[in-house]
Amino acid sequence: MKCQKCGKNNADTHVKRVINGEFEEYHLCSECAKDMGYSNMFSDFANDFASDFNSLLGSFFGNALPARTQATRCEVCNTGYADIVRTGMMGCANCYKIFGEQLLPTIRRVHGNTVHCGKKSQKGIATVEDIKDKPKDKLKELKAQLEKAIKEQEFEKAAELRDKIKEMEANNE
Amino acid sequence: MSNSVMLTRVRLARNLKKYPFPCRLNTAGKNQVAKEIVDAIKNCNSPVAKEFEAIEVRNLSEAQRIALVEKHLVSPEFISDSNGRVLVLSKDQTISIMINEEDHLRLQVIYKGFELDKAYDTADKLDTLLDEVLDFAFDEKLGYLTQCPTNLGTGMRASVMLHLPALQKSRAISRISGNLQKLGLTIRGTYGEGTEPKGAMYQLSNQITLGISEKAAIENLKNITNQLVAQELQAQERMIKNIETQDVIFRSLGVLKYAKTISCDEAVKLLSEVRFGIESKVIKDIDLDTVDKLISDIQPATIMENKKEKISPHDRDILRAGIISERLN
Repeated sequence: MKCQKCGKNNADTHVKRVINGEFEEYHLCSECAKDMGYSNMFSDFANDFASDFNSLLGSFFGNALPARTQATRCEVCNTGYADIVRTGMMGCANCYKIFGEQLLPTIRRVHGNTVHCGKKSQKGIATVEDIKDKPKDKLKELKAQLEKAIKEQEFEKAAELRDKIKEMEANNE
Repeated sequence: MSNSVMLTRVRLARNLKKYPFPCRLNTAGKNQVAKEIVDAIKNCNSPVAKEFEAIEVRNLSEAQRIALVEKHLVSPEFISDSNGRVLVLSKDQTISIMINEEDHLRLQVIYKGFELDKAYDTADKLDTLLDEVLDFAFDEKLGYLTQCPTNLGTGMRASVMLHLPALQKSRAISRISGNLQKLGLTIRGTYGEGTEPKGAMYQLSNQITLGISEKAAIENLKNITNQLVAQELQAQERMIKNIETQDVIFRSLGVLKYAKTISCDEAVKLLSEVRFGIESKVIKDIDLDTVDKLISDIQPATIMENKKEKISPHDRDILRAGIISERLN
């Protein structure tokens, strides 16, 4: 999509606002967005991505391979590094554990710093185990739905649910 | 001194650690997050808990949604999608909590005038209460974890809404805005972008959230605000001696008092001139509160908010002129 302001560059910034009682949203290129006062951090990510890509190429010429490849995905929310680069959004707290180190240069560029100083939450960081509780809950929910389906003699739905539960239990083991 | 500061806002971004961020949640997941947060607020160990009302965005009309944005209680992003989005609002409308906007919750405190310390204090207290009952995603090194890494660390965005007519007229704003970025702050027009936003109203806010404490970021914002306001007052003093400047101010007041139909754009522009006149003491019989309340009340959706039938833009302009003339005469 082309920038809606200059019509020349590719749009990479999505702006939503209310003007004159009307809700508006439009797509801008980073230049126009900057002119209009919307700083764009996505271009930072894109540069980051490019430099990582370069280092990957570099590895063919004798440098060590980067520890994590583009293919690594967060085991909690299934977000990949490329998704983060594309959207500028992390998928969950665990993504920071998986991709945090890779993103440090970008974080430093945005904030000029990489270490928090300020208020602290009383409780610690999320661990994968915390978040992994969720599939179990989902399993419980599915089992309850299955029982209900059987009771109500909706066998087609029950079969579907049974397969889903089997699949989930197999994945968990 | 603080007459140029119209509003102060402080918002904190927080996420629950056991759920993926909103961009990775479906509607059912968002509803679950919303329920957990609303329950936590209602049960939190404070007398303020009773002061809140939970409003589901999907139950609001379009005018009601937009009116919330016009009153600065929610962001445009928040009303762009109603799925799983809930607003928790205090009765006096000074505290608003957006659920499932970019982060699971965004707690905002908004006060009239220049009240950065007070606004942060309120936000901090409520955050501490919620921290006792909700498990926030927090990392020792990166601080509060947010969906977008631009908010990492404190998750705090503090902002002041400034009225800077003299700096706008003398075209000093664009020069200043470049320098502000170097100081970790950003300035943006409240009504419209570019170098000349309508009504000369600007939002000045901190940009950096990691590696700087809440208190330090607020001090920084406070200092820069004071400097900007001092520059504005100097420019005002110079400009107001000019008879042409005074002429524009009083003509604006005349139109506002006697117009029979007026668009929102024109009204905001003229009210800004009148505000300039009050700030520089050439208008003495109208107070700033009256003008500020008008600027907020005459916004297109706010005007229609409590009306049952839909009003055409034409009738809206007549209604607006009536409200303004009644309050200024």
